Amino acid sequence: MYYREAGDFKTSYRKDQQNFPIRFDRVHFWTMMVLAFAVIPFFINDYWANAVFVPFLIYAIATLGLNILTGYCGQVSLGSAGFMAVGAYASYKLMTSFPDLNFFVIVVLSGAITALVGTAFGLPSLRIKGFYLAVATLAAQFFLVWLFNKVPWFYNNSASGQISVPRRDMFGIAITGPEASAATKYLVCLAIVFVLGFIARNLTRGRIGRSWMAIRDMDFAAEIIGVDPLRAKLSAFAISSFFIGIAGSLFFTIYLGAVEVGEAFGIERSFLILFMVIIGGLGSIYGSFAGAAFLVLMPVLLKNALVGGLGWPSDVAAHLEFMIMGALIIFFLIVEPHGLARLWAVTKQKLRLWPFPY
Amino acid sequence: MKSLKIAALAAGVVALAAPAFADLVFPSMSYRTGPYAAGGIPYADGYQDYMTLINERDGGLGGEKLKVVECETGYNTQKGVECYESTKGQGALLYQPLSTGITYQLIPKVQSDQIPVLTMGYGRTSAANGAVFEYIFNFPANYWAGASGIVNHLLDINGGDIKGKSIALVYHNSAYGKEPIRTLEELSKKHGFTLTTLPVDHPGQEQKSQWLQIRRERPDYVLMWGWGVMNSVAIQEAANINFPMENFIGIWWSGSENDVRPAGAAANGYKAATFHNVGSDYPIFDDLKTYVFDKGLTAGAGDQVGTAIYNRGLYAAMMAVEGARKAQELAGHANITPQEMRDGLENLEITEALMDSLGMPNFGPSFKVSCGNHGGSGDVGIQQWDAASDTWKLISDFAPVDLEVIQPLIDADSAAYAAEAGITPRSCN
Repeated sequence: MYYREAGDFKTSYRKDQQNFPIRFDRVHFWTMMVLAFAVIPFFINDYWANAVFVPFLIYAIATLGLNILTGYCGQVSLGSAGFMAVGAYASYKLMTSFPDLNFFVIVVLSGAITALVGTAFGLPSLRIKGFYLAVATLAAQFFLVWLFNKVPWFYNNSASGQISVPRRDMFGIAITGPEASAATKYLVCLAIVFVLGFIARNLTRGRIGRSWMAIRDMDFAAEIIGVDPLRAKLSAFAISSFFIGIAGSLFFTIYLGAVEVGEAFGIERSFLILFMVIIGGLGSIYGSFAGAAFLVLMPVLLKNALVGGLGWPSDVAAHLEFMIMGALIIFFLIVEPHGLARLWAVTKQKLRLWPFPY
Repeated sequence: MKSLKIAALAAGVVALAAPAFADLVFPSMSYRTGPYAAGGIPYADGYQDYMTLINERDGGLGGEKLKVVECETGYNTQKGVECYESTKGQGALLYQPLSTGITYQLIPKVQSDQIPVLTMGYGRTSAANGAVFEYIFNFPANYWAGASGIVNHLLDINGGDIKGKSIALVYHNSAYGKEPIRTLEELSKKHGFTLTTLPVDHPGQEQKSQWLQIRRERPDYVLMWGWGVMNSVAIQEAANINFPMENFIGIWWSGSENDVRPAGAAANGYKAATFHNVGSDYPIFDDLKTYVFDKGLTAGAGDQVGTAIYNRGLYAAMMAVEGARKAQELAGHANITPQEMRDGLENLEITEALMDSLGMPNFGPSFKVSCGNHGGSGDVGIQQWDAASDTWKLISDFAPVDLEVIQPLIDADSAAYAAEAGITPRSCN
């Protein structure tokens, strides 16, 4: 009744091509943005920021990045955490070498450096596909972690190999470091997510996105109709790594503040991001957010329900958490193998016909 | 500019939401799950049992009950952050995260939240400089003291000369494992031994190549900075290549029963550094039995009592309680704040007489904390495993370490931190 295109007339191409062609979507999207930008910052505290919102937003960026590569371009990557590490260490080196550089410039530069590294590791994708490519990116993961552990230059020769973020201010407020307030951290991440989400959405429905999808669906057919696989694949690697690099940079500067590469950017993190993509839905922007939300929020929710709500011992709760998460993932994938995004698409389809389904 | 106002407002909301303090809250950031649970469980049990004992026997501290809030971290820094954020609002007085990674995470945070952290035998070694690290304590011993203590032991058994000897360090490839390298390098220059470092990646089950190298190079001594499953694997590997166990020395985190038992009789003679005593032959264990175990208040399964790491948990809780006692004394009231707790820890003095009165005679070194020295005396002893009787034995008493080498390193590293973090060291006079 409320959710349909009928009666929502478009009088220009511009309107017809907008991101949310259905009024219902548009209204709710912008309401949510107003809530996120103008209401939540007033109520957020350290716990909500550091345990829920900031990790969710950062993982959403990483998931968007991997979704571009795996979901849209069909190139499996297990090196996401390694690329995040590149972003984090790039930020650290830039911040300590150029103390006066604006924080957002650092974030974008870290993304750009990661894009270069990602493109280099994307080169084998021109030769190999599928599982073999997964193994090549796995090599990237292990190589990068090893590199940041091995070469003291990357962590400025500190005794422990840890990198800690220095404090950076903007307009007189601390953005990074311990003095940064919950609201600032949240808003910085949210603003970056907003911009990157916008870029991802419009890239994927434009010419570049279509060339990626053509490659994904059948690479030699795409080549025959004139898609250059070199450019398509490498641009997917570059843009995906750019996103993941920014996620890594924020993961270090805003979220954790101090990291050691093996622990923060290990292979588990790569798998976590891949699971977010799979559970959210391959080749979907909405799915990237849904998948990140599911895997970040559920453990926190479960922990609070079991330990805080029911008063169970923390170790029992921790073990149960694993089991429940596993069961939920299997349940969702059985009910909807194409992820949460597909579940949402089905719901939308049903909404369009409601209340007169046929 | 909008975000400035929002940030200010949000800060105001947080400040208003500060809760009322009811008990003396000591969060226990434990890990009873994951690859490091073998060390996490006994520590958490010991910590909690001591707190329960104080509540049951003495009715709390100065009339205030002690409350342990347990939060599972799984030795994972992200979960550690979540635990910290969720417990700090409950009036947490002192954090003891039992993880070097989480400690690095917390150091900047607690300095701005003004909650003290005590990292007994782990964490950032240069935090011993209290002028820079106002809220961080790492008495009674740290990794660099441990490294020097082990080298001192080697000097002892070699009649004071280890020139030309070769020493290999097998370490957990993380902030924790890398800590001693700088000290060992300095010591190798001073004493003329050669040092080989062999990193082992998390979680540490894969050590074949490292031990192959040891078998090939046959170093005179092997030191180990391991934790969790890495320890027992390393000891098993050493046994497999018939490395003489008395030449294999671990840091205190590689010196628990869980590490040596899997190798059985082959682990006999393995040594480890320690900063507290071993066994359960102390009056306090009688009290624990009367007031905690017999009442059914035991934390966990109760099967860890008297093990090396259980004792360390007990010792850590003892420090927390004595720090709080001192804080109450200084503040003149029982319901102390985290800042007062910090003052208490800074003025803490552990003497033989005090340990006697607590039922823990000669349990650890006696030392005094001060504004400039948050690291205590740094005295280190050596324990050795006796497989036949299934016990650790202290073979050399707590002895001073080479502060001549360590102090300049602490000063340099803390100065580097202060410069990086923009801290002006306070004056300690």
